[in-house]
Amino acid sequence: MTEPTQTPAAPDERPIVSLRDVRRDYALGAERVHALQGVTLDVERGDYVAIVGPSGCGKSTLLNLIGVIDQPTSGTVEIGGKRVDDMSDWEATSFRLYNIGFVFQRFYLMPILSALENVALPMAEAKVPREERRERAAQLLAYVGLSNRERHRPSELSGGEQQRVAIARALANRPTLVLADEPTGELDAHTGAEIISLFQRLNADGTTIVVVTHDEGLADAARRKIHMRDGKVVDGSA
Amino acid sequence: MRTTLAQASLIRHRARTLLAVLGVAVAAAMLLDMVMLATGMRESFRELLVSRGFDLRLAPKGTLPFDTDATIPGVAAITSVLRNNPDIREISPVLGASIHIPIRNREGEGQGDVSSAVLGIDPTVQGDYEFLSGRDVTTPDAIVANDYLIRRLRARIGDTLAVATGYDPQTRTYSGQRKLVLMGRARFVYGAADQSAAAVRRETLEAMQGQARRDHASLFMIRVRTGADPDRVREWIETYIPSVSAISIATAIAQVDQRLSYFRQLAFILGAVSLFVGFLLVTTLVTVSVNEHSGEIAVMRAIGVSRAHVVQQVVLEGVAISFAGALIGLGLGLATARYLNAILSAFPGLPMAIDFFLFQPSAAWTALALLVASGIAAGVYPAWRAASLPIAESLRREAIA
Repeated sequence: MTEPTQTPAAPDERPIVSLRDVRRDYALGAERVHALQGVTLDVERGDYVAIVGPSGCGKSTLLNLIGVIDQPTSGTVEIGGKRVDDMSDWEATSFRLYNIGFVFQRFYLMPILSALENVALPMAEAKVPREERRERAAQLLAYVGLSNRERHRPSELSGGEQQRVAIARALANRPTLVLADEPTGELDAHTGAEIISLFQRLNADGTTIVVVTHDEGLADAARRKIHMRDGKVVDGSA
Repeated sequence: MRTTLAQASLIRHRARTLLAVLGVAVAAAMLLDMVMLATGMRESFRELLVSRGFDLRLAPKGTLPFDTDATIPGVAAITSVLRNNPDIREISPVLGASIHIPIRNREGEGQGDVSSAVLGIDPTVQGDYEFLSGRDVTTPDAIVANDYLIRRLRARIGDTLAVATGYDPQTRTYSGQRKLVLMGRARFVYGAADQSAAAVRRETLEAMQGQARRDHASLFMIRVRTGADPDRVREWIETYIPSVSAISIATAIAQVDQRLSYFRQLAFILGAVSLFVGFLLVTTLVTVSVNEHSGEIAVMRAIGVSRAHVVQQVVLEGVAISFAGALIGLGLGLATARYLNAILSAFPGLPMAIDFFLFQPSAAWTALALLVASGIAAGVYPAWRAASLPIAESLRREAIA
């Protein structure tokens, strides 16, 4: 099964993710929180990177900036050679739709939609014809091992199955990059191991993955680990 | 997909959605009733006037038809003048009066009398009643009556009645008495359900009333030629016959409009309040729904669903509630309108044909359009909230929750 493999493109030597001196400050009441303090980071195409560190170190903030759902206070963020840190909401939404796949800790599937419809949701937004998106969603569910669960609603699926549906959804529009925020955080060890294995297969098939995790197993499965502390990358930034 | 998601959001909290739909239905019913009430009396009055096919009514100068006991003298002369206008097709003079009919039991003992309004008409051109059964007033000794009067008299078709146009309670004597045969049943369109009414030939009534009312009419009803302008004929009549006020249907409706203006304002205010209550209900429900699903909305935005589509989905929710409520409300409104109409129409003295609540498709469409528009408006604020949610912040809050 080679469904998620990227369409072969002309070799691009540039990193797929490139952050330069990125800062992100929040207002928390009267206080100013410096979530990221000058992060510089590159992720190469086809890489599998795990961002690790203690809670509150800025991992998720970093992932949000890479995922273009947040904007830095200063610094630059490039994804696939394109500046994304100053995009308008409309541009950022469109960029996320076609270039980034998200996997969340709590799966966040639409409860009323079937597994197949959940996977087809980003394709519907991208105006993929109905028949094509149905076919492709079925292929993706088969890829994550859920071809027999197409018509099931999330409430009828186990945690591991829901996360696999979420991964299939993340791959719907053939993204350049898959971002995962604690994807095994809600799963038991056995199911977590299945997801880790799925990520490895995904990466082996050519998908670039950046994952934020406390799960050592998941972090160890990555090709590269980036350690963060107090809003800074302390190890593995290059 | 957006429709599915909007539907899903509503189905997820079935009981809450149902209550909101019912709330909107009540507001919709009230709104429909108020729209029907605002135009009902006017429209039913207009239909009543139009239904009889007469375009103009001539009343004694400065009065409305049957507003006073005043009469117009010189019926023959006026008719002659009216016939000079080629636009006038039919002339129907009507003389109104009261009659007294003594009731006797089988043994011939007197048991009081029954009073009634009576119209002296020409049966070939009359526009005051619908003939129901028996025979019309084709002979001078014939009388037709409505069912209410027939019941009060305990009479049957073919009975001979001693009908008087005057009664002196001091001497307990009748004047202008004449034997008339009850020939038929009729429904008097301008009469109330609980009002006795009868009709005889005009010359019969004139003869019974004596010299003072000879050649008099309370009212002329005039039908104009097809294509002629009733208002031009009205002006012509007022110029050539100064002793009468000519009232066209448009003038009559304008006068009714003036008299009902407070009524319409009240209906308008109550209708607006209903609409606003429905609006607030939908806004509240959809806002609560958006707040509850802020995490889901943030995820949808994160995976690339545009703000416009989030807005559409939320507005769809508002419209769906409003539309469902409106459909139920239309049925409810019609039922309550029928019930209230029956109560209000039973007011003494109101013509049977007048309805307070008159259903017209335009009223239903107006109410439906207003509700759907309010549903869209109700969705705007929560949709704006949903579309403005900061994605990262919402996801973080959701994760903490």
